[in-house]
Amino acid sequence: MSEKRECPPELKARLRAGFDQEWRKELRRAIPVKERMKLARQHMPEREPTVRNKAFVEVNRGLEAEAAVREARRCLDCANPECVLGCPVAIDIPSFVKLVEQGDFAGSVRKIRETNSLPAVCGRVCPQETQCEEVCNLKKATGVAVAIGNLERFVSDYERLHGGAAVPPLAASSGRRVAVIGAGPAGLTVAGDLAKLGHRVTVFEALHESGGVLVYGIPEFRLPKSILRAEVDYLKRMGVEFRMNFVVGKTASLADLRAEGYDAFFIGTGAGLPNWMKIPGENLVGVYSANEYLTRVNLMRAYAFPDYDTPVLFGKRAAVIGGGNVAMDSVRTAKRLGAELAAIIYRRSRVEMPARIEEVKHAEEEGIEFHFLTVPTRYIGDEYGHVKAMECLRMELGEPDSSGRRRPVPVPGSEFMTEVDLVVCAIGQSPNPLLPQTEKDIRLGKWGNIDADMTTMATSVPGIYAGGDIVRGGATVILAMGDGRVAAAEMNKYLRNGASAKA
Amino acid sequence: MPKVLRRERLAPNIHLLEVLAPEVAKKAQPGQFVILMPDEHGERVPLTVADWDRERGSVTVVFLSVGTTTRKLSRFKAGDEIPVVVGPLGRPSEISNFGTVLLAGGCFGIAAIYPIARALREAGNKTIVLVDVKAPYLLYWEDKLRAVSDRFLVSTREASSPDQHYISRELAEILQAGERVDRVVAIGCTYLMSACSESTRPLGIKTMVSLNPIMVDGTGMCGACRVTVGGQTKFACVDGPDFDGHLVDWAELYARRKSYLDDEIRSLCRFEEEVFP
Repeated sequence: MSEKRECPPELKARLRAGFDQEWRKELRRAIPVKERMKLARQHMPEREPTVRNKAFVEVNRGLEAEAAVREARRCLDCANPECVLGCPVAIDIPSFVKLVEQGDFAGSVRKIRETNSLPAVCGRVCPQETQCEEVCNLKKATGVAVAIGNLERFVSDYERLHGGAAVPPLAASSGRRVAVIGAGPAGLTVAGDLAKLGHRVTVFEALHESGGVLVYGIPEFRLPKSILRAEVDYLKRMGVEFRMNFVVGKTASLADLRAEGYDAFFIGTGAGLPNWMKIPGENLVGVYSANEYLTRVNLMRAYAFPDYDTPVLFGKRAAVIGGGNVAMDSVRTAKRLGAELAAIIYRRSRVEMPARIEEVKHAEEEGIEFHFLTVPTRYIGDEYGHVKAMECLRMELGEPDSSGRRRPVPVPGSEFMTEVDLVVCAIGQSPNPLLPQTEKDIRLGKWGNIDADMTTMATSVPGIYAGGDIVRGGATVILAMGDGRVAAAEMNKYLRNGASAKA
Repeated sequence: MPKVLRRERLAPNIHLLEVLAPEVAKKAQPGQFVILMPDEHGERVPLTVADWDRERGSVTVVFLSVGTTTRKLSRFKAGDEIPVVVGPLGRPSEISNFGTVLLAGGCFGIAAIYPIARALREAGNKTIVLVDVKAPYLLYWEDKLRAVSDRFLVSTREASSPDQHYISRELAEILQAGERVDRVVAIGCTYLMSACSESTRPLGIKTMVSLNPIMVDGTGMCGACRVTVGGQTKFACVDGPDFDGHLVDWAELYARRKSYLDDEIRSLCRFEEEVFP
């Protein structure tokens, strides 16, 4: 997100209207910019590492109201706020931050909800440091950005603890019906936006709980399920219907849904098919994909086995392969489930790790080991087919590759063996094959992803839109939500122009 | 929530569950499976669809009561609600006119082969149904299977029975006796499917098995159900569950199915103590 982006005129007008309000002018006059720049960033209170690495309680505790107001004062209320351009769903960040400064927390979260249906989620899991906070003008001036993410979290928590979000005014009914396939971040965003615009929305979900990766992938200690449930409940109160345990492509095809009267479709079926390194021993017992490991623990609550029936293997020596957020979630989960040694095995060095800095910091505090420039070459099993050791190879960094990161090159003869009884492979995933397998008309990209126009999220079939990991392969929650926002706006045009998916 | 229409004990420890799930019933094809979850704390268990009634909107599964989840399922009564019934999942069995197809089934597989035999016969095949029961009183659905088979054979290991040996030997004997068989379908426990595949391997008769690895989501997301087939990793939920038995890495499947044996016993002991204090 570091490249300079143009502010679309529509957005510019929206931001300007807020900027020019009298109370904003007064606030700007009350404390001069120079004074604001001297204020220190408020620290996010966290649970003690030695306590939290044994439990699934949330790590971050959230800002107190006073701290939030102090943090909001740091915002310079820029005439040209770069932060908004760094946000994939274009939240009017200065407005919501200044409402916090005013002490109008309810108004602040209402402002966020104008363009974001899941603020409590985004306030917790968005990589703000590479988005809004990276381009914050205060960061440019002082090196330390406004804690936009922490403030978003604060106001959404305030709202939840004070009676929950009020249903926003909905546009008059269009009489049009929309099927959203997959209740993940992309789908939930589309559902919220289109419901607000007056369309009748049904979300079809294959699993027994809504949230997609937010429920099966992201652990309780980063995103408590109760918070996600409150966000889903808000959509239900807006009139969005949820049909659970319904696998579109299997339980019904898109053609069946069209015959049932749906006029437009959004496919947000997300990731599937975990990637493997294709090295010997990957199918040994005790070698998991991150998707399976996290699904067992999060969606199926295996951490509470035998109160819940789904088990998960507890390792004493756990190795997690990969350097992204999913790898951090997996390794911190293994630690919480009692691993004496929980280690990240990553083929590049620390600076190339795609995980959020906060996640890496939390992991280190919790006692996670990091083995950089290391790659597994095979897993060795015992007589029962359980993994007992892995062979690794040391790497060194060579020339930059297509991603701009320096390519890891094996060091000849550097093989070494180490004992492990749990391995989690977190090296990404391919798009879910199920819907593309059964809906042959939708054009696919070369990785089996749905080929969508990234400016409109339209697929090759009129009336069918797609977004999130089914298009991108493997990205973030907020990029999926950004796709959802773009798709919803385009779908609204499509539905309002009278074009019907039946035609 | 889907309603249970019928729960019946077919044989000791083998139960039938018929649930109201009109959308699943409408789409079900032979060889596909559904995932059930008996309660909110339960596990997601994949079970082959043994029958369906599109008009009534019902789907029938038959299962062996062996762990906590299947014990829970075996305690349902007509009128109860079951929180999760999702499907039909997996690719349907290949149905075409192969000539003569022998379908071997044991345990829950006796029911699982029924819709496949029915479809194969409708497609013009001669069907030989061979079922494995340890003792005659463990046989069920005889009438249903006879109605879709040209020949119906029972293999039993009861001491008083003249031919007391395992189904795979029976299968080998039938094939060696000169019965022309173009394809074999074997469904039951992992042992039955691997043993039947070994019986047909020397004769080169294509043998399809319906693999039963542990699953979680059942839609290609988690990879729990991966099996090695012909040297390649496949996901039973989206690539299967039917595979060529001659290409399956059976040793790996045995090991992976036993991943949670200790936990399963612990869970079951606790469940039994709660239910039968």
